[in-house]
Amino acid sequence: MDEGTTTVSKANVEVLRLEGIVKHFPISQGVFRRTAGAIRAVDGVDLDIESGETVGLVGESGCGKSTLARLALRVLQPTSGHIVLEGQDITALSSRQMRPYRRNVQMVFQDPYTSLNPGMTVEAIVSEPFRVHRQHMSSTKVAELLRLVGLSPAHRNRYPHEFSGGQRQRIGIARAVALNPRLLILDEPVSALDVSIQAQILNLLMDLQEQLGMTYLMIAHDLAVVRHVSTRVAVMYLGKIVELGPRDEIYARPSHPYTQALLSAVPPESPTERDTRSRIVLQGDPPNPANPPSGCRFRTRCWKAQAICATEEPLLINRGAQHLTACHFADVGSVGPQGTPDQR
Amino acid sequence: MPRGREGTTLISDSALEPVLAVRNLCVEYTTRAGSVHAVSDVSFDIFPHETLGLVGESGCGKTATCLAILGLLRAPGGKVTGGEVIFRGADLTRLTAKAFRRLRGRDVSMILQESVSALNPVATIGRQIDEAIKVHNRKLPRAERRAAVLELLHQVGIPQPSLRYNRYPHELSGGMRQRVMIAISIANRPSLLIADEPTTALDVTIQAQIVDVLKHVQRQSHASTLLVTHDLGLVSQTADRVIVMYAGSIVETGDVMTIFGSPRHPYTVGLHQSVPRLSGATERLTPIPGQPPSLLGEHTGCPFQPRCFLSRNRRRCLDEAPALREIGTVGHTVACHFAEELNPSTDNHRTASRDG
Repeated sequence: MDEGTTTVSKANVEVLRLEGIVKHFPISQGVFRRTAGAIRAVDGVDLDIESGETVGLVGESGCGKSTLARLALRVLQPTSGHIVLEGQDITALSSRQMRPYRRNVQMVFQDPYTSLNPGMTVEAIVSEPFRVHRQHMSSTKVAELLRLVGLSPAHRNRYPHEFSGGQRQRIGIARAVALNPRLLILDEPVSALDVSIQAQILNLLMDLQEQLGMTYLMIAHDLAVVRHVSTRVAVMYLGKIVELGPRDEIYARPSHPYTQALLSAVPPESPTERDTRSRIVLQGDPPNPANPPSGCRFRTRCWKAQAICATEEPLLINRGAQHLTACHFADVGSVGPQGTPDQR
Repeated sequence: MPRGREGTTLISDSALEPVLAVRNLCVEYTTRAGSVHAVSDVSFDIFPHETLGLVGESGCGKTATCLAILGLLRAPGGKVTGGEVIFRGADLTRLTAKAFRRLRGRDVSMILQESVSALNPVATIGRQIDEAIKVHNRKLPRAERRAAVLELLHQVGIPQPSLRYNRYPHELSGGMRQRVMIAISIANRPSLLIADEPTTALDVTIQAQIVDVLKHVQRQSHASTLLVTHDLGLVSQTADRVIVMYAGSIVETGDVMTIFGSPRHPYTVGLHQSVPRLSGATERLTPIPGQPPSLLGEHTGCPFQPRCFLSRNRRRCLDEAPALREIGTVGHTVACHFAEELNPSTDNHRTASRDG
């Protein structure tokens, strides 16, 4: 798994397709809770995920990345758009009809402290997916799963509180992979963990992907973590994907100003670079998703914004090498973060 | 501003009187399971104008150290069981609660991680900053205090200060709230600022803004800063010197170039190797195996030994806790019996080879 490209070339079978997904959360006001506007959490997202790849979804808090993950799981019902799982449109299925599909998409949660039931033993937690899907769960299978995620089968009768954060995350992963899902959604799987433990879990996730042939959709705010595991990266801003492309394209040649700013905001790893590297420090905060700016949503914080940005919404256009950007003034060609203007 | 970036300025710095000197500090928490040795025998100095980074993972004792300095350990269970914290000639561990209240927020102040829980939700931000000034300057007239608050809001980069004065914390974004926290902490021009994970709860683009604000106020106020964080990137960008803590003890200290360029403690090396990078090849990460030890009860030997790639179960690591000793350059100390075996010139860690 050292080269991300090898996994993509295995098979180009589409696992999940999101078509024009929109999710608005109504805001209710007053005594009668009448609807007054809506939070446009996800506002028109198209995304294909192919088998064997890892799509990294990055963006700041409130940009809609977690909502998108919950929509992909169909825990949330989209306001409009289609969710297609392995060729089957599952957007309108009832919860009973959904059941056979649920096992194909599983999730690993951010917080290993609140996502495990404290009253259940490890064995009960890991075998619960089998109970839900009315399958027989042998004790050798439990032992196998625990070994798979680097825990000892001797731990099966212990409770979550007896484990450290990293070990709990392993239990959460064991539960998620128990039914051999096609797609695993990882919502900030390592952000609650310490650095030394983070690396253990990242290695485990990459090993599991290779062994079980899973496809990942990983949400994370840590750009270095996303770069490490992803084959493709999608950057979200205020409910929309603003840039999408192969990992190395996005990191070496970010073409959307927001991606450029995100990448340049990450502190460089070495203190020798600290005063020499140019940085783009964005002014202000992301706008309110209930009332996004007209035209391009990033224009209020963008240093390239012109008149057209306020009137015309930029489309997500392929600019070669499967690299898509939604910007009227996207940098095309070999412009890296070093070539961008210093805003300070 | 003197900076300990090159070895030379570091030496001249150490000739200065430290702002704060921590000597053999020990902190214990009493729990039902027994006493937890959160901080054991920690000593360090903070010199004028410098930023000292205190790095370590959760449970390594970095927050307990801060709380001990600020005299905030009186909460049930936690207490300083040994050592001294010398600030302006006085030992802070012996200060009465009343004397501490006069000092805290005036001479030493703290920036906390969670701006949501640290600010009072029912008071306007103007009033909260005003309160910080009023507590220590009873006689200052109201109009002067208001002018000072507006100036502080301006200093931390809050646009339209007079409009924001009457806003409540929930009306501000996380980044703006963190700016308010910084304004409160510098309101009385303290000589020492303790910043406990000041950017951890924030988004990357906001983090960059806050780091700039911190650097800016530090330049203006000439305060020394103790920057407590687990974020190596933040430390590499802001600290002059770095202290690495593990399991309640200091394992390595040195100036920022040394700690990032040629670390000599296996734990520091392990930390560098476990972090994914933004550039270069995405090779497999080398995690530190196992988990941090429990700090319950007494331990013998090196606390890092069970996870150490250098120890190979040698007798000395198991029997004898290594003391901090100087290695190589001035000011670079390390607590490892076999640190010499990590040869910085034939590096097996990535930091040195990754520069440029």
